[in-house]
Amino acid sequence: MGIRFILMVNKQGQTRLAQYYEYLTLEERRALEAEIVRKCLARNEQQCSFVEHRNYKIVYRRYASLFFLVGVDNDENELAILEFIHLLVETMDRHFGNVCELDIMFHLEKAHFMLEEMVMNGCIVETSKSSILAPIQLMDKMS
Amino acid sequence: MKFKQTLNTPTKTPNFSIVIFLSLNWNLPSPKTNPKPMAGSSLMENLFQRTLEDLIKGLRLQLIGESAFLSKAIDEIRREVKSTDSDTKANALHKLTYLSSLHFYDMSFAAFHVVELLSSTRFSHKKIAYHAASHSFTDDTPVLVLITNQLRKDLTSTNELEVSLALECLSRIATVDLARDLTPEIFTLLASSKVFVKKKAIGVLLRVFDKYPDAVRVCFKRLVENLESSESQVVSVAVGVFCELALREPRSYLPLAPEFYKILVDSRNNWILIRRTGAKSLLFECIRTVVTSLSDYESAVKLVVVKIREMLVDDDPNLKYLALQALSVVAPKHLWAVLENKEVVIKSLSDVDPNIKLESLRLVMAMVSESNVAEICRVLVNYALKSDPEFCNEILGSILSTCGSNVYEIIIDFDWYVSLLGEMSRIPHCQKGEEIEKQLIDIGMRVKDIRPELVRVSRDLLIDPALLGNPFLHRILSAAAWLSGIYVEFSINPFELMEALLQPRTTLLPPFIRAVYVQSAFKVVIFCLNAYLLQRGNAASSSYIDKLVPDVPGLVSERDDPESSDLASCDSPVHCKQDEGFNPRVSNQSFDGLFAEHGGEETATCGQSRMKKVWGREEAPASQIIRLMHDAFSNDLGPVSVSAQERVPVPDGLVLAKNLEDLETIFGDVQLPSLNSVSLGSPQYEDRAGFSLPILQSKEEPGPSNESTSLLADHRKQHGLYYLPSAKNEDEYPPANDLKLQADTNDGDEDLVKLTEQLLVSKKKPNYVKPRPVVV
Repeated sequence: MGIRFILMVNKQGQTRLAQYYEYLTLEERRALEAEIVRKCLARNEQQCSFVEHRNYKIVYRRYASLFFLVGVDNDENELAILEFIHLLVETMDRHFGNVCELDIMFHLEKAHFMLEEMVMNGCIVETSKSSILAPIQLMDKMS
Repeated sequence: MKFKQTLNTPTKTPNFSIVIFLSLNWNLPSPKTNPKPMAGSSLMENLFQRTLEDLIKGLRLQLIGESAFLSKAIDEIRREVKSTDSDTKANALHKLTYLSSLHFYDMSFAAFHVVELLSSTRFSHKKIAYHAASHSFTDDTPVLVLITNQLRKDLTSTNELEVSLALECLSRIATVDLARDLTPEIFTLLASSKVFVKKKAIGVLLRVFDKYPDAVRVCFKRLVENLESSESQVVSVAVGVFCELALREPRSYLPLAPEFYKILVDSRNNWILIRRTGAKSLLFECIRTVVTSLSDYESAVKLVVVKIREMLVDDDPNLKYLALQALSVVAPKHLWAVLENKEVVIKSLSDVDPNIKLESLRLVMAMVSESNVAEICRVLVNYALKSDPEFCNEILGSILSTCGSNVYEIIIDFDWYVSLLGEMSRIPHCQKGEEIEKQLIDIGMRVKDIRPELVRVSRDLLIDPALLGNPFLHRILSAAAWLSGIYVEFSINPFELMEALLQPRTTLLPPFIRAVYVQSAFKVVIFCLNAYLLQRGNAASSSYIDKLVPDVPGLVSERDDPESSDLASCDSPVHCKQDEGFNPRVSNQSFDGLFAEHGGEETATCGQSRMKKVWGREEAPASQIIRLMHDAFSNDLGPVSVSAQERVPVPDGLVLAKNLEDLETIFGDVQLPSLNSVSLGSPQYEDRAGFSLPILQSKEEPGPSNESTSLLADHRKQHGLYYLPSAKNEDEYPPANDLKLQADTNDGDEDLVKLTEQLLVSKKKPNYVKPRPVVV
């Protein structure tokens, strides 16, 4: 599976984006997000970006007021996932121009489309910013 | 006014060669939204319908409370989603998916409407419908059977965006039926001329293979062909799929090794060879590969350990953490790699990051061996004393599990280990009571030679009134009490033990542990009385009796009490009566139940005959009881294997009922004795073990001036105020203090590192004072 879920959570612990690659009930998602947010947001700058949780790991990184949290299997390369997070932020930045939390809130669908271009079945499938954004620009033109 | 804070300011900058822009734009939020195209709709409801954007804005400004606002919105959506106007329906589903995804609202009620919208000819509707389906459909969604044809239609669409939507959706929700029915379409798309479509067709295979393994036969060849595609994006996805497949069943994919090697050597793709980052993640990938899969290749491991060391001393906590983890992986086969870095590892025990501390603890435990276990544990206990409660207990837990593993395999000196257990119990944050209890009792039963030391350690724990105030230690005290009772013959001063077992603060213990205290006190009494009787009978044949009796002056002098002499000669009719009713099960129920059931009779007879032999005359009944009980208690209890029960053959003709409900009718009004009801003052106790009660009480009461009371006075003096049973102040006792421990606390990290270094460097075998005792 590789990536199990991707969350974007603000400093107050509110989820701004949640994408799951395995089926969890709404209650399981609520519990999982609460636990993870509590665990990760309590950590400080001097601490590493990896947290073990249940039987998998969370790789997270903070950009301004937003935390990007990615749940991955234990055999995943943590540094590669940090790279992935950074690529995601750069891609959103290219699309929105100085991307901020509000952009993601009001364009959640687009953020999801970018993720769908990048990840499929929990596998990373695309890492070129222009390839990720091409279909989204096409969709913008169509509507 | 809110300012727009952009996201391209990562709060941490590891070794990535990425330029960071810090930009704060003092703009009003200007989300680039495009208003929904409503022009086509002429319906009133659509005009007044709130869009998702309205909903989000409303949610930010609402004053009625978030949940009230949201439930109003959901009510609205429930109405709108039934609309015949597809714009209204799309809008409603758009909002609903948002609320479901971020606010956990159940949207299964709208499943049919999602299916309806999927067939819309407008792309913007289709987009919303596919997103809603991906998010909310599960294998159990009933309407799922209705979408097969729509998916087939979209998979064969000329619009590649529609094909992409359908493939994305399939990768999330494909069921066995969908995977089977749509395999032909996916097979076709695997050869699509459009890279955009082809790579998604490859990506979806993982789910399709999972749900419908027969699809492998159809699609596998094309999947392999894509490994050699000239399009690097396609190769990248195919490699990703193979990685996942190979994880599940590595052997099947070994024949593809040459293809993979070729990709590894030739590829320049940025994901396969993550080139953007100064190759830190790629380097780490290589390290991971070597430590997990190539650990038999000495030269590779040597190279990798050099790289791990570089990461270990890096300032970036991420690299340090991952390096520690990598060391943990190599540790079992290449302990030298850990030993080479021991200094950094030990220092990391006091890192600011709890995750790094945990990893280094794991590594320290990996270094433990027979020859250094004592020294490492000393270092760790000192860290435990200085750590926060959570890490302190992680340390204690690691020590316990490492030392206890494989029946204390690495422990040579049990004297040391048992006193370490006692020391660990006194660490203020210790919450490992249950495990320490288990090990104390386990060692007591398995290692015969250690029992005197166990009794000494137990005595030290029992005698400290402060420990009774810490609920985490109650289980340890329970073990200490049990050990002191069962191995009382090793006690230097049983009288002191008795005082400890009956001190007023034992009221702080939960009833089931007080029961153990009471039983142990009883065993101590029986032991003392027996010793006294032996001495009085002028037949002190056992060597320990001579040693014991002078140590218990109180006991001897108690002879003068009318009550004790009554007991000895047993003239009292009350005692005779209780004699008949005596039942070993009652006093032995906690630990000795098994023994009492099967061995009671036998011991009784043998005890009696022995007494006759020793004293050469008929004994008074009370002395007999004491002899009997003493013999019962002094029978050794060995550890019982978990599978022992299975090895007991079922006797012929015995029918074992599966359901024991019948018992209830048989025992209808019999009150089974419950452990919790046993307490000193309860009438139940007086009934069953009444004859011992006067003795217990006589020790509590200030009696006539004799040595017993002077001892009691000494004890009172030592433990001062704890003697007055004042319930109000009970919880204000100072924490347990151990001078020896406190002295050690002052050691700095440096000293610990030095100490550890010394012990790890000096390879010479320590001189054991004595050989390892027999462990059964």
